[in-house]
Formats: sequence, structure tokens, C-alpha cells
Amino acid sequence: MFEIVILTLDSTVRLSTPLLLACLAGLYSERSGVVDIGLEGKMLGAAFGAGAVAYLTGNAWIGLLAGMAVSIGLALIHGFASITNRGNQIVSGVAINFLAAGLTALLGQTWFRQGGRTPSLPEGGRFRDIILPYAEELRDVPVIGGIYSELLSGHNILVYAAFVAVPLTWWVLFRTRFGLRLRAVGENPAAVDTAGISVTWLRYRAVIACGALCGVAGAYLSIAQSSGFIKDMTAGKGFIALAALIFAKWKPANAMFACLLFGFLDAVAIRMQGQKIPGIGEIPVQFFQALPYILTVILLAGFIGKAIPPKAAGIPYLKERS
Amino acid sequence: MSDTPAIELRKINKRFGPVHANKDIDLVVKKGSIHGIIGENGAGKSTLMSILYGFYQADDGDIIVDGKKVTISDSKAAISMGIGMVHQHFMLVDNFSVLENVVLGAEDSALLSGGINRARSELKRLEEEYELRVDPEALIQDLPVGLQQRVEILKALYRSAEVLILDEPTGVLTPPEADHLFKILEVLKNEGKTVLLITHKLREIMAATDTVSVMRRGEMVATRETASTSMEELAELMVGRSVLLRVDKKPAQPKAPVMEVENLTVTDSRGVQVVKDVSFNVRAGEVVGIAGVSGNGQSELLETLAGIRRATRGTLKINGETIDLGTSTLDAADMRAKSMGHVPEDRHRMGLINSFSEYENSILGYHRDPAYSKGVLMDLAAIKKNAVAEIEKYDIRPPNPMLKTANFSGGNQQKIVLAREIERDPEVLLVGQPTRGVDIGAIEFIHRRIVEMRDAGKGILLVSVELDEIRALSDRVLVMFDGKIVGERGADADEGELGLLMAGVEDNNKMAVEGGAL
Repeated sequence: MFEIVILTLDSTVRLSTPLLLACLAGLYSERSGVVDIGLEGKMLGAAFGAGAVAYLTGNAWIGLLAGMAVSIGLALIHGFASITNRGNQIVSGVAINFLAAGLTALLGQTWFRQGGRTPSLPEGGRFRDIILPYAEELRDVPVIGGIYSELLSGHNILVYAAFVAVPLTWWVLFRTRFGLRLRAVGENPAAVDTAGISVTWLRYRAVIACGALCGVAGAYLSIAQSSGFIKDMTAGKGFIALAALIFAKWKPANAMFACLLFGFLDAVAIRMQGQKIPGIGEIPVQFFQALPYILTVILLAGFIGKAIPPKAAGIPYLKERS
Repeated sequence: MSDTPAIELRKINKRFGPVHANKDIDLVVKKGSIHGIIGENGAGKSTLMSILYGFYQADDGDIIVDGKKVTISDSKAAISMGIGMVHQHFMLVDNFSVLENVVLGAEDSALLSGGINRARSELKRLEEEYELRVDPEALIQDLPVGLQQRVEILKALYRSAEVLILDEPTGVLTPPEADHLFKILEVLKNEGKTVLLITHKLREIMAATDTVSVMRRGEMVATRETASTSMEELAELMVGRSVLLRVDKKPAQPKAPVMEVENLTVTDSRGVQVVKDVSFNVRAGEVVGIAGVSGNGQSELLETLAGIRRATRGTLKINGETIDLGTSTLDAADMRAKSMGHVPEDRHRMGLINSFSEYENSILGYHRDPAYSKGVLMDLAAIKKNAVAEIEKYDIRPPNPMLKTANFSGGNQQKIVLAREIERDPEVLLVGQPTRGVDIGAIEFIHRRIVEMRDAGKGILLVSVELDEIRALSDRVLVMFDGKIVGERGADADEGELGLLMAGVEDNNKMAVEGGAL
């Protein structure tokens, strides 16, 4: 039983990682007042970029950089539409999702002719699991051994990076000048403007940070969790990350717990597949897949406290005519 | 005190599309003085100050700060020249602490802790020096507006502002808060700072300033030493003797009252009483004008009577029916059904939907009228027929009912609203600012229509900040100041006398007012 719990938690960590990275990405963007429904598209684009380049170069790190570059590129498109041209942020985000879905499948097929996938990665093209010191030696110690050797050890570097990014994001937001301005511009851009700070440049930086993190999330899918890009491999993770962001009320630590919860639901869904629960029978896997969204709706309806988004989120900044 | 002015503006021009918001503005502000700029809403005061603060750029003209010609391309430049501004709508982040707000944009370094600590000790010093007490750790959203404003002042002082601009600072303050603010300004002045006070309230100018400049319709019309001018003169300069409007009309033949308002009190969302125990009536066959500098409760009075805003208490008698406004839930449609038409003050915000076509706008609010609907469907043929008839009768140009109202000129838009309300033949018509932003030709037409309606035996309540319009149209003039009706005069009222009443100078004829209003 203990082993099952540990294994489920272990896969929870793996499944939460891309959610967490995307969720933190969204946090930077939305805290600055730019709503980002295009997390999904950016992740997908990054997954493809990373998968393709890691295959071609045989180097996971170059693959990661390529994924981040693709994602930042898409983020800049979103920024250009919604910051510079003050367009509707939802429309722009949806467009990026469609663009990424179509373009990755098309380019994948054109370049690699494997039905939209990238070829399996060579050795070195994929991030390896890291075994923490003494993991093997401690494996048989009761409780601690399971936790340390299974749960904490044996993940690739991006998993650790994602969890390090949580306190780092908190620190950036609440302890640095950039963070103060970022939070301010998402609440009242006019206050930032009259303080002599460029609203545009500040929001662009937030959007770029979002793109970079989303890029890591996408790369994780194609060159860490699996060995290559598969068409539509994000499968809605960007939207779940967005739901987690709302669930977390736009706070970094909450974001981690929300993503772990959603990852856990996913892990349970996989474990429960085809298993019968006495008295209930088999629970359809779709139920677990829908749970994150159901929980978010319940939250938004005001049943679990109140989720108040950054006040200026979604509103393009325009100097008002007096 | 040196003789170099703190600020000098030369021939500043600013246009927003077709609107010339600032025309050739010259202004000299002496160092260490409190300089007031007064003018009605829309006179261009805020625009001018926003140019000085780098929020907008002037189309042309020179800005001279401390004897040096400068270019202020953004607020950062203004701040570096020692100019600080307290905006009418506070530029604060509500869920930030006072400290965070003060530090924003002046953080010292990439890490916050240093800047925050410096701000904490600096605030303590400013607090003692200027008696600007506020808890640095409090969140803005938990502070009353008076304290929020203090944070704005602290923000400017923290950036070592030498010139402080305050844009309509008392609009959100209660009278004791306003008094306290003026004391603070006095302290600032004594410390050698220069204060620019923007307001449309004459009393504040007289109470707080050394020098006053008057703006009207985008122009700087006069600058006076406050000690050597009077409220009367300033009121006249503010309102101006523009085109003398004359309307040919016979003496009114008023009959029984069609609308009686008693003890009406209205409180706004901030909890401030904006209409205070107002009583008056409107008789059939007369135009009653409500004069006043804008922001003295006229708009709220009109909106309450139209059913858009709720009253705290008061009664309304209309066509013999008595309504308790304090408890009534009647909305705008219900009031229209009681034969009360309403031409709202702001046609863009309330009178029209500018992305709709003319014919759709011509029945806005009357779309449930059986004449224009069949069950759940609109009777488009009837609506268009009516629209065409109104276009012809009111000479609305271009005569195309399919055109979006956004594409009509201001005068024609106003005619569309007026036609809609007058042609429903209400017993009482509420009219707000009927000719704001309307060309001369349309003004004459609109005035004639209003007089015709009066002659047809209807009661008309006219609210306007244009004193000329009030005098040209009204058979009786009520003057509103600070939410109260402070005087009543006849059709031949003297302009200077009305100006004084509008400025809130005590009416020495109070008995006559009370006799006449009821």
C-alpha cells in the first residue's frame, strides 16, 4: 500500500511539472495585466521546437533553448497584438493556440514524414533522470527510503527546476523592483505610467518571462518526459495550467499546490484505469480528467473563497483623454 | 525667494482630434506661491497640467522650468525636474501598502529592501516636517480617500518635488478633509514649495491661493492676484459672455404644477450627500432652469427624477400621482411611462448607442411601445416610418435612418435624442445640457423646439451649466450650489447676481426664495 502511495506521488510530481512551469509562466503574464489563454499553444510550439532540434543536434540543452525560443517568439506575437496594438487578449491567445496546433503538425509532417511526430531522440537528446546521492543505498530504509529514493530522487533536471522556480518567482515578485512594478502594472497601469515607468516595456518583459517558462514546460513534454514530439501532445495541459493559476489566485506557492493537486488527479486517473472500486464499479477516466475544470468552476462560482484576478488583467492600457 | 518663475508656459497648444483642448496657453507660476487654475469642467485645465507632468505632449509651445527651457517627454522627465502631480483619480495601487506605493518607480536598486527601508525613514521625516501622518504599512484599499490623497502628496515629496500639481483635489473630500488639505498646502508653501491647484470651485480659490488663472473653453482668459479679485469677477470670467443667445418667446402662461419635488435628498456611491433636501415645482407651460457650476448636484437631481439614480428620501408628485422616491423602485422606463421624457446630459453615455443606426436610436427606451412592436418582434416598418418623419421634422442631417449615429455631428445627434423624447409627447420633459458640443444653428433649433413644447402647455425642467442658455430659455431660474437650491430668480435675472449665487455667496433674499419655491 505504501508503495502504491509513493508511486502515485512520484508520478504526481512528473505530471505536475509541465503544469507548474506553464502555470508560473501564466502568472508572470497575468500579474502584469496580460491575460494569456495561449499557454497551450506556446507549450505545444516549444515541445515541437525542442523535439525537432534535440533530434537534429542530439543535444537536450540546445533542444531546450530552441523550445524556449519558439515559445518566446509566440509570446512576442501575443505581446505585439495585445500590448502594442491593444488588441483583445483572448482572441490573440486563441489564435496562437490554433497557430501552434496547425503549424507543428504541418511542419512535423513536412520535415520528418512520421505523421506529425518527430523521430525518436538519440542518446543525449533527452534529459536523463538524476539519481540523488545515496539514493540506491537508502532504498531499503523503511518510509524514508521510499520517499527519498523514489519520490525525491530520479527525476530529470527540469522537474527540479520547476520546483525551484516557485520560491524564485515568489522572490522576484515580492522582493525585487521588477516584481513590484510587475504587480503594480497588473493592478493599475496608470499608476506605473505616472511614476515614470514604461507600461509597454514592463509588460513585454513579463510576456517574455512567460514565453521562457512556457518553453521549458513544452520542452519537458517532448525531450524529458517522452522521447520526441507527438502531434497535440500538450492535450489541454496549458488550459489546466490556466485553471490552476486561477485556482491558485495568482500566487506562486498556491500555484505549486494547485498543480500538484491537478497532477495528482491525473496520476490517480491513470492508476484507476480499468480498476473496479467495490460498491461503485469502474470510475470513468474522463471523470478525473474533468475534475480540474470542475474544481476551477466551483472556485470561480465563489464556493472556495474568492479568486480576484489582477485588476487590470485583460484591459489594454490606453492613456485616457481627460 | 528668487524672481525666476517656477514654471512658465508659452503658447501651449493641444488638440485631441477635432477638439482644441488648449489654445495658445501662457502661464507664469511664481516660486513659493499657491497658484490656482479655475475653469469649468472641460475647460482644459487637466489637459494643461497633464502636459506639464509629461502625461501628454503639447502639439507646440514652450515649457520653461526654473528659467530653463525643457522638453517633458514623459512623467519620468517631469519627476526629475521636481514636478509632482496628485491626479484627480488617484494613481495608487489599491492592494499595495503605502510604502510600496511611495517606492514604486523610485526604488533605488533592483532589490526592494533598501528602497523600502529608506522610504520608511524618509516618510517618518516627511510626516514630522509636513504633518502628513499615515501608517506606512497600511494597504491603500483600507484607507479613506483623504488619506489616500495624502499618500499621493507623500509620493511627490518623496521624489523631492518642488512644484506640486493638485488636480481637483477636493472633489472626493469631505469639507473637514478639504480644510485639512489646505492647511497642508499652506505648510508646503511655507517650506518654499510651489503649488498649482486646479479646481472649479471658487470658494477654494479664494481660500487657498495667492494667484489665480481662469481658463475657459481651452483658453487662458485671465490671471489675477487673488487678493484683488472677487468671486463675482471670477464667476463671470469662468462662465464667460459668449454668444448672446436670444430666443423669441412670448411670456409664459403657467398653469397648475405638473411636477412637484419635495425634500429630495440623494447620496452618491461614496456616501456623500449630493442633493440636499431640495424642493421645487414645475408648472404646465413653463421652463424652469437649474443654474449652477457643474458638480453641484444638478446632474444627480436630474438622474434621480429620470429614474436612473435612487434617492435617500423625498417625494415626487407627477400628474397628481405621489411617489415616495426614498422607497420607489421605479426605473427609467417606468418614469417614461408616467409621461416624463428625459434628454440626458451626456448623449454619448446615456442618450444614444452610437454603433446603432439612427432608426434604432430613435426608439431607444420606447421599444416596448405597442406602436413599434408586435409581440416579441420589433415593427421595423413602423419604426422606420417614425424615424423618417422625425428626421424631416427636426431637419436631421444626413437624412438617412440607416446610418449609425456615430456618423452624425453633435448637433444632429442631439436632435435625434430630442426628437425621440419630445415626439412621445410627455407632460414633463427633463433636459440636461441640451446644447453641449452643438453648433450654433442646431442650438437655435433646439431652443425653439423647447419653447414650442412649453407653449403647448408642457412642463420643462432644464439643467445647464451655460448661464446664457438658462437665461434665454427659463421662465424661472433656480440656482444650485453644493446640493442645495440657494436662490430663485425670474426670467429677467441679472447675470452678475446669478453668478454670485452660483459661487455660493449667501443669498440675502432668502425669504423670497422660500416663498417662491413652493
